[in-house]
Amino acid sequence: MNSKTASQPIVVANAPASSSATRFSIGGLFRRPEAGAFLGLFGVFVFFIAFGSIDFLKPAGAASWLNVAANLGIVAFPIGLLMIAGELDISIGSMIPAGSMTVAIISGYYGLPIWLGIAATLGLGVVVGLVNGFLVVRTNVPSLIVTLGTLFAVAGLVLGLSVLLTGTTSVALKAPELAKFLFGQFVANTFQVIIFWWLALTAIYIYVIHYSPYGNWIFAMGGDKISARNAGIPTSRLTIVLFVLSATSAAFVGMCQAILFNSAQVSAGMSFIFNSIISVVVGGVLLTGGFGSIVGIFFGTITFAVVNQGIYFTTFDRNWSSLIIGVMLLLAVLMNNTFRSMALSYSPKKK
Amino acid sequence: MSTPILKLRNICKSFGPIDVLQDISLDICPGEVLCLLGDNGAGKSTLIKTLSGVYRPNSGTIEMDGRPIEFTGPRDASNRGIATVHQFGGTFPLMSIGRSFFIGVEPTKGWGPFKIFDRKKANEIAVKAVRDFGITRIEDGDRLVGGLSGGERQSLAIARAVHFGAKVLILDEPTAALGVKQATHVLRIVNEAKRRGLAVVFITHQVMHAMAVGDHFAVLIRGAVAADFRKGEKTREEITDLMAGGETMAELEAQIDGYMATHDGHAPQHAGASA
Ligand SMILES: Nc1ncnc2c1ncn2[C@@H]1O[C@H](COP(=O)(O)OP(=O)(O)OP(=O)(O)O)[C@@H](O)[C@H]1O
Ligand SMILES: [Mg+2]
Repeated sequence: MNSKTASQPIVVANAPASSSATRFSIGGLFRRPEAGAFLGLFGVFVFFIAFGSIDFLKPAGAASWLNVAANLGIVAFPIGLLMIAGELDISIGSMIPAGSMTVAIISGYYGLPIWLGIAATLGLGVVVGLVNGFLVVRTNVPSLIVTLGTLFAVAGLVLGLSVLLTGTTSVALKAPELAKFLFGQFVANTFQVIIFWWLALTAIYIYVIHYSPYGNWIFAMGGDKISARNAGIPTSRLTIVLFVLSATSAAFVGMCQAILFNSAQVSAGMSFIFNSIISVVVGGVLLTGGFGSIVGIFFGTITFAVVNQGIYFTTFDRNWSSLIIGVMLLLAVLMNNTFRSMALSYSPKKK
Repeated sequence: MSTPILKLRNICKSFGPIDVLQDISLDICPGEVLCLLGDNGAGKSTLIKTLSGVYRPNSGTIEMDGRPIEFTGPRDASNRGIATVHQFGGTFPLMSIGRSFFIGVEPTKGWGPFKIFDRKKANEIAVKAVRDFGITRIEDGDRLVGGLSGGERQSLAIARAVHFGAKVLILDEPTAALGVKQATHVLRIVNEAKRRGLAVVFITHQVMHAMAVGDHFAVLIRGAVAADFRKGEKTREEITDLMAGGETMAELEAQIDGYMATHDGHAPQHAGASA
């Protein structure tokens, strides 16, 4: 980043008056989609340091919320992109256990090679994503309804097949060394390896969404789908790709959990639906589409995870944590609305 | 009259049981402005959507430069040099001016698979294009489109089409939201595009605007070409009558006068009254 900024003036040296393109300003930061999420995260840190202890910033404490954030974050990115594009996907709630069970049944119960289990898990994600995507694009039924349908269908399928094939709803899995190393180890005994996947994915998403030309397409689609199509954006294909991404990401998270904990259960994942939506909205994504950012979703996820785990570092009864999450969500949304209207009404000062 | 760049022959388009376009045959020539006129619901927007690749006609052929073509989609049409400003939308309120200007044709810098969106270049070109258009209040390409006025957004959309319209420029009621000055500017732009040899298709409900730029006029009534004539072949009154869907203006005025007389000088309360 720094080296790029440094080289920019050379590029524009002979360009006509590009008044404020490179000017840095505090106001400019507040107009960014992630402004609210950043302040929210800051506020939450201050809150838990004040009422809890500094312990939750030390490695052992940080691991507790980083582990939550990483598992949630990998799903929150595609959910956020779908929301920016004007769609929702709640079938992730059953795709996470579906991912766990697929790899556990194939490689645990039947003892087939782990790579087969992994391929089947990701393949299942692609298939469910394609089903969601095609249904949404072809039928014009709102994606909330379509994915509500697949949420239950997949949950039923996983439960039915697990009982039919294994006779139980919980399957053990003993993954070989390499798979364990890549997907399911505790680094330094506390940090789940999925944290590194999450950080790498964050970098990739930032590049694709904010720097490559394709990100533009997603924002255009969420802003005005018909105009985007008229401008030549393959909106249908893009919608399907995003649904495949979210279902596959959810299956991936489920698979990593199964490999990490050496077992898979049929019911684990419904909480991800609300949690990912909260993270995304706290992260500054507009529920109705067209506005948001990857960095915002990243901060939103951490904020959620800190609130979710931070309560254990305070003297409060943990029953209060939902109250804190609810208040935080409302505050974040109000703040994001304010910043968005600031961004809309912004025009540079006359010089 | 030069050789047509686009030739429509017997274009029909229906949505389910509703026939919207019937047997449309038209020639669109470079260096000319075709004014497409007609009542609300006559099928003007539907016709230009078949020209910009949004709809596929049910039957009939489109020829471009003498060869029959079938647009696979809006992108195909724009790649062939047809740029369209549709009647509604076309701008993205929560996107920046620079980004929305280049949707689908993003300028990039960098190499190989690591090309990145060239925000600076996009902003510069977009701001320059809009400023050339007379909207000098816009200086910063990072501003969000939603912060602009309706007319400024319209100007942005037209500036975009002019920027990308290599051969054919299609404007669906471009002056509808504009102030007098900006509307005049659109007419100037149309004339300038014509002078540069572009073919322009211009839809309007304003006779004055049509007469100011049109070389060639086609009037649609209920999806069929009711009249197809060149500049100077019809008077303003005749054109007005055709634009009102065939009823003469005098008849309409008589209806209103009659209504006013029987209702103590009150204008009709709702649109249905004169139907
Ligand atoms: N997607 C669609 N499905 C069904 N009917 C349609 C569709 N699009 C247009 N129509 C019908 O086709 C007819 C012509 O519509 P069109 O938008 O082309 O009119 P127009 O001449 O552009 O009118 P206006 O001056 O009001 O813009 C209308 O009766 C409309 O109801
Ligand atoms: Mg129309």
